[in-house]
Amino acid sequence: MTRQHPVLRLLLLSLFLALAFAPFLFPGTKSVATASRICIFIVLAASYDIMLGYTGIVSFAHTMFFAFGAYGVAIPLSRGWIGWDAILVGTIVGAALAALVSAAIALLSLRVQKIFFSMITLAVASLAQILATQLRDITGGEDGLTFSLPAELQPSFRFLADPIFGVRADGRLIGYYLTALIALALFLLMQRLVASPFGTVLQAIRENEFRAEALGYRTIVYRTIASAISAAIAAVAGGLMALLLRYVGPSATLSFDVMTDILLMVVIGGMGSLTGPALGAALVVLAHYYLQPFMQMGFDSLADVRILPALIHPDRWLLWVGTLFVLIVHFFPAGIVGAFRKH
Amino acid sequence: MKPVAPYLLLPVIMLLAFPLMSGPSWIALTVAGLAMGMMLFLMASGLALVFGLMDVLNFAHGGFITLGAYIAVSVLAPLTGWVNAGSWELNLMARAAAMLAAAIVSGAAGLAFEAIVIRRVYGAHLQQVLITVGGLIVADQLIVAIWGTQPLPLQKPAVLRGSFQLGGAAIETYRMAAVVLGLLVYAGMHFILNRTRIGLVVRAGVENREMVEALGYRITRLFVGVFVAGSALAGLGGAMWAQYQETVTPAIGAEMMILVFIVVIIGGLGSIGGCFTGALLVGLTANYIGFLAPKLALGSNIALMVLILLWRPRGLFPVGGR
Amino acid sequence: MADLLLTLSGVHTHIGPYHILHGVDFAVPDGEVTMLLGRNGAGKTTTLRSIMGLWTPTAGQIRFAGQDIAAMATPEIARLGIAYVPETMGIFTQLTVRENLLLATGPAGFKPHKLAEVLALFPVIELKFNQQAGGLSGGQKQMLAIARAIIEDRRLLVIDEPTKGLAPGVIVQLIEGFQRLKAARTTILLVEQNFEMARALGDSVAVMEDGCIVHRGAMADLAADTALQEHLLGLSLGALQ
Ligand SMILES: Nc1ncnc2c1ncn2[C@@H]1O[C@H](COP(=O)(O)OP(=O)(O)O)[C@@H](O)[C@H]1O
Ligand SMILES: [Mg+2]
Repeated sequence: MTRQHPVLRLLLLSLFLALAFAPFLFPGTKSVATASRICIFIVLAASYDIMLGYTGIVSFAHTMFFAFGAYGVAIPLSRGWIGWDAILVGTIVGAALAALVSAAIALLSLRVQKIFFSMITLAVASLAQILATQLRDITGGEDGLTFSLPAELQPSFRFLADPIFGVRADGRLIGYYLTALIALALFLLMQRLVASPFGTVLQAIRENEFRAEALGYRTIVYRTIASAISAAIAAVAGGLMALLLRYVGPSATLSFDVMTDILLMVVIGGMGSLTGPALGAALVVLAHYYLQPFMQMGFDSLADVRILPALIHPDRWLLWVGTLFVLIVHFFPAGIVGAFRKH
Repeated sequence: MKPVAPYLLLPVIMLLAFPLMSGPSWIALTVAGLAMGMMLFLMASGLALVFGLMDVLNFAHGGFITLGAYIAVSVLAPLTGWVNAGSWELNLMARAAAMLAAAIVSGAAGLAFEAIVIRRVYGAHLQQVLITVGGLIVADQLIVAIWGTQPLPLQKPAVLRGSFQLGGAAIETYRMAAVVLGLLVYAGMHFILNRTRIGLVVRAGVENREMVEALGYRITRLFVGVFVAGSALAGLGGAMWAQYQETVTPAIGAEMMILVFIVVIIGGLGSIGGCFTGALLVGLTANYIGFLAPKLALGSNIALMVLILLWRPRGLFPVGGR
Repeated sequence: MADLLLTLSGVHTHIGPYHILHGVDFAVPDGEVTMLLGRNGAGKTTTLRSIMGLWTPTAGQIRFAGQDIAAMATPEIARLGIAYVPETMGIFTQLTVRENLLLATGPAGFKPHKLAEVLALFPVIELKFNQQAGGLSGGQKQMLAIARAIIEDRRLLVIDEPTKGLAPGVIVQLIEGFQRLKAARTTILLVEQNFEMARALGDSVAVMEDGCIVHRGAMADLAADTALQEHLLGLSLGALQ
């Protein structure tokens, strides 16, 4: 690991501490759910960074892989097979499927051009979206699937009679720490991966494909493996998301909005650093919770001006996100992490 | 030099579908497929040429399709009288006004988009994809801010509404009109590309940009022209598709872009002939399968793309050394 | 001494992070054939590409007919009257032979007397005139590339290793063609590994090594001095002789 700027280290440390003690620092159902969401999106954004930042390939199917895991968990649970084994099996099947599909797309397209991968993932992801709404019997269609969790994860479950530092020792607390620990484990795993010889080769390929090819590395093999790993990890994040929401549906897991969020997280934070996307994930999730209501306030107060309200209506969230995105790609392609690296 | 097999794919698909349905359905679906293919060709041709010439893949291309569709709606709204008049002159004028406006506004938007966004990311694929995706989000949102999210109705001109009989099949007049217009545009493009100096330079530039510059041609200027023309055609395609569907939603561009990408991958990025063949293939497949097994329509096009990529990894008609 | 049509002084060129040319100095006199020699990887192609603006020099001057072209864009440089035949020939394989030539003509198209001249120089081009250029043999492609460079009057021809990979018979034809151009006092900057050809055509010569010019002089002097040839150009040329 390269040495990090002190401010950056401070930011990362605070993020880590905030997430480690979130239920105690920010009690309340909503803020703990927000913290869970941050953990999940850290994994999702970091796994996307393995594609975008470490192999230089833009995929539009990351939400599809995310959804594979989410539906993998939701399908057995919603059919009454409620248990830890169901969750485990669902996640593994989802992850395996994600890895397979991702590898297939990579093998098919990377023989020609990286850009083919982007186009094909876009097509396949929209097919997945259509299938998720059409195959009602399996996916619940537009409405999605709702389900209940194993007893140990339910709010009514108590593993201690007394509260810990004023926080109820219930299934929610277990759920949060389960999510946070799995997220931490996956994040560390990804850091190991990119620091390993495998990760070094990926970066060499990204820097100079022809040189890497000349040195005898089969670039397509490396990229295919990277895309499979990235997809599988996204699926695990999807499984966690299903547990958090106790619901899975096309708009929550598969929509282009989720894909936009992931792109934004990785680009804001800084591609090719893993820690950058982690910061980006925290920022974007927080912005969703706290900035969008803020736009509503602005909208309400400006309701009688003509054009402006249409632009700051909360539904126009994406307009600003998109503008920010273009500006960042253009002016700060290395994101937050890159901004600290220079000085 | 030119491979023959890719050209045979179209008749093969048409023949394969023939025994699976009745004669009149086959005729109707073939016309519908060709009509859809022509509109797809309009939308895809600019994307393919821009990529071939400058190695730029514009993910925001769908924005021009959406824009064209909405411009058509806005132009036709005050012209309802002309659209509904029985007189084909008035019909034609309304229609021409809508399509011309769609093409001009989309072309102008293309000019601005090239100058503001595309020009900064030549040669950097990763940034290109990211920045054009960002541009697409912004464009879509602006369109929603102006026209709203509700689907807007759009009427076909009165004279193009009905259908006529052909070989026992009822053929929608509008589809025939789309086929004719598509053929006209294709013929026009074919003429420009193969019979004019500009076309010669474009074809040469797709193959080897550096050499064209070393011969004294300012290819960046040419590229702006092609980009604008491609955007205008996308807007025209969007306007036609919207009239065909008789309704416009903000998602129209995104939906069509999926098919457009399939078209250019199948056709081989950078080739106009390939783009044309690819568009017709996708249009026909979508209609045949949409009839035989409606739920498989998009899936069938993706399957078609996968099969073609397995057979010819660079598409049916690859161009240049890239 | 003839006027200098092209002068490079202190040209440095980087390709990405690599520093390839380290201060190249030499000149091309008007109406003469200047040979640029050197081992593989010496930087000859990079020098020609820097002249054409296909790489932009990071330092130094390139003067052509009195103006500095070092920072100009490729099309502008070409429009000053420089024709370039790259090492890879730059034939458009999807176009016909005719279209390849047409691209190099002015807005009015072919000038009949120039076309006749070119076809007389390389008769094979007339035979294949309406065929796709991708179907030509390597030697035919090279002739087409040179024909394209002379289909209009140019002030300078910049040609990169035209004999590379060609059969001896074809090389003889090419040398003949160049000799006619030389007789017409065409100014040529020619990169060549084939020393026979260099000796036959060159008026003056510059030799490159590791991105620098290491020798400049009259071709006749170098041709007479085998020890110097051995020293400058090494075994690759010795094997050819
Ligand atoms: N595109 C490139 N990227 C990196 N290095 C290059 C590139 N082109 C040429 N070089 C390097 O520049 C040096 C000079 O190359 P070149 O000008 O082609 O030599 P020559 O034409 O004399 O054989 C060589 O060491 C070569 O490896
Ligand atoms: Mg060379």
